[in-house]
Amino acid sequence: MGLTRDDVARLADLARIELTPDELAHLAPQIDVIVEAVAGVAEVKDDDIPPLAHPLGVVNVRRADQALPTDWQALRPVLEQDAPAWQDDRFRVPRILEEEE
Amino acid sequence: MMNDLMDFDEVLARFEPVIGLEVHVELSTASKMWCGCSTTAGAEPNTHVCPVCLGLPGSLPVVNQSAIEAAIRIGLMLNCSIASWCRFARKNYFYPDMTKDYQISQYDEPIAFDGTVTIDVGGEPFTVPIERAHMEEDAGKLTHIGGSGRIQDADYSLADYNRAGVPLIEIVTKPVTGAGARAPEVARAYMEFLRDAVKALGVSDARLERGNMRCDVNVSLMPIGSEVLGTRSETKNVNSLRTVEESVRYEMRRQGAILAAGGRVKQETRHWNEAGYTTPGRSKEEAEDYRYFPEPDLVPVAPDAAWVEQLRESLPENPVSRRSRLRAAWGLADREFDDVVGVDGALDLIDATVAAGASPAGARKWWMGELARRANEQGCGLDELTITPKQVAEIQDLVETGALTDRLAREVFDGVLGGEGTPAQVIEARGLAVVSDDGALAEAVQAVLAANPDIVAKIRDGKTAAAGALIGQVMGRLQGKADAARVRELIMEACA
Repeated sequence: MGLTRDDVARLADLARIELTPDELAHLAPQIDVIVEAVAGVAEVKDDDIPPLAHPLGVVNVRRADQALPTDWQALRPVLEQDAPAWQDDRFRVPRILEEEE
Repeated sequence: MMNDLMDFDEVLARFEPVIGLEVHVELSTASKMWCGCSTTAGAEPNTHVCPVCLGLPGSLPVVNQSAIEAAIRIGLMLNCSIASWCRFARKNYFYPDMTKDYQISQYDEPIAFDGTVTIDVGGEPFTVPIERAHMEEDAGKLTHIGGSGRIQDADYSLADYNRAGVPLIEIVTKPVTGAGARAPEVARAYMEFLRDAVKALGVSDARLERGNMRCDVNVSLMPIGSEVLGTRSETKNVNSLRTVEESVRYEMRRQGAILAAGGRVKQETRHWNEAGYTTPGRSKEEAEDYRYFPEPDLVPVAPDAAWVEQLRESLPENPVSRRSRLRAAWGLADREFDDVVGVDGALDLIDATVAAGASPAGARKWWMGELARRANEQGCGLDELTITPKQVAEIQDLVETGALTDRLAREVFDGVLGGEGTPAQVIEARGLAVVSDDGALAEAVQAVLAANPDIVAKIRDGKTAAAGALIGQVMGRLQGKADAARVRELIMEACA
C-alpha cells in the first residue's frame, strides 16, 4: 500500500515539519519509494523468530534508587544558551495554545 | 461556559453510565526514573536536572530498580498478572513540559495487566476491573504567564524540569459498567482504595492535594438496553476525592442533556474547574497520534518469577479488609469511623496509637479533634505533626488514670508540638500534673465551702446542680490541675 500525499502531509504535521505544497509534491513520492524499499522485510516469514528488543540482547539493566548530587550549576550556562529564552531560572517558551472558540 | 444539565435521576432513568479511571501515582523514590536526580519537591527551578532528564544528546536512561519493584507490587495489589518480559515505549508529542519531545512510557507491553479490585462503596462491595498498570515518567512543570494565568490567554510559559523524569505508575481501569446511580461514589471509593493501597505499600506519599495522585475521569452514557458504549469525555485535573465524585456526576448530567436534545457528545478532553463544572480543555485537533515505538535506549524488563512471588507474599493487608477489620475491632460508631477514613492518614495514626496501648475511642478523640484542629491550623497533614502515636497513647493513658485532665492534656500537646520534648518532659517542665494529693484537694474544697455557705445549704437541700459553681471555684484555686470528678466527690462528701 502506497503512502499518499495526505499521509505525508499528516506525518510532517505530526513531526512539526513545515512543508510547502511544492516540497510536499516533491517529497511524497520519494518517501513512498523508501517505505516500499523496506516493506520487503515484512514479507519474511518470521513466525518462529522472536522480535529483537535490543541489539545487545540483555534484560534488566537497572540502577539502585539513590539520589546523586546533580551538577546543575555546570549545566546552567549551557541551558541558558540553548533555551529559546531564559527567565527566572526557567526556560521561557512561546504561548502554547491559541485562543479557543 | 455553563452547560445544560439534566436532572441526575432522569439521567439514570434513560441511560447507563460507564466510567473509566486513569490514575497517575507519583512514586516516592529517592531518585528519578532514569537518572540519579533527586525527586524532592520544592527545590529551586531546574536544579534537579541532568543531561538524562533533560534529554540532552548522548545521555542514556537507566531504569530505577525501586520503581520496577513498586510497579510490580502495585500490580499485585490490584490482582494483576505480571509480565514476564516487557519493554518501554516512546510516546512522541510536542509540548514544552518535556524537553525530549517524547515521554518514556509503556504501550502494548505494560508490566501489570488484567486485574480486579473489590472496593467498598458505602458498605457494599463493588468490583472494578483493571486493564493495566504501567511505568512512565512525569513531565516538567509549566507556569503560564500573562493574561489571567490560564493557558488559553497566557503570553508565554516558563518551564521547570525538576519534576521531569519522576517515576509514575499509571493505573487504568477497564470500562466500569453496572454502577448505575452509584457511579460517582464508585469512582470516589476506587480512588480512595488506590490511595490507601499505595500508602500501605509505602510506594507513594499518596497526597492528592499535592498532586502525588492525579485522576483522569472518563464518562460516557449508554441508552438503557443498549450494549454499545457511548462517546466519552475525559475530564482532567481531578485532584481530590470529592471532585472525582463530582466530576462523574457532572459529566453524566451534561451528557444526558446533550443526548436528550438529540445532540452528540464530542470526544474531547475536558478540564475540571473548582467551581464545580467542566470546560473543554486542550482540543485534540486530530485523534492523538503519539507514534509509539519501542524505546531503543532501554533494555527490556524481565522480572524473575520467584522474585515476583516473594513480592506477592510480602504484600500488606488489603485496605478494604483492613478497614472492615478495624471497623469491627474498634467498635466506633459508623459515622465516627467513616470520618476517620475520610481524613488523610488518620486510620494509620489511630491504628498505631491503639497498638501503643490507647483505647480506640481515646485515640480517635485526640487525632480527630485536638490534633486535627492543630494540623489544620498549621496547614499540614495529620501525619506531619511532630507528635508520635506512642506519645498520644502515653498522654491518653495519663488522662485515663486521672493524672491529667483533658485541659492539661491539651497543654501537653502544646508542649510536645512546640518542640519542648516528650510528654513526660513537658509535664515536668510545665508542672502540669493533676493535684491528686487528697490533702491539697481537701484543703481547697474546705476553703471554697467555707466561703459559700449559701450554696452549701442548697446542696444539702438536694439541689446538687449547685455543686457546679463550687467545682469551678476549687478548680480555679488549683489552676485547673485537678480531676473535676474527684473534686465533685469531695464536695458531695463534705455536704452529706
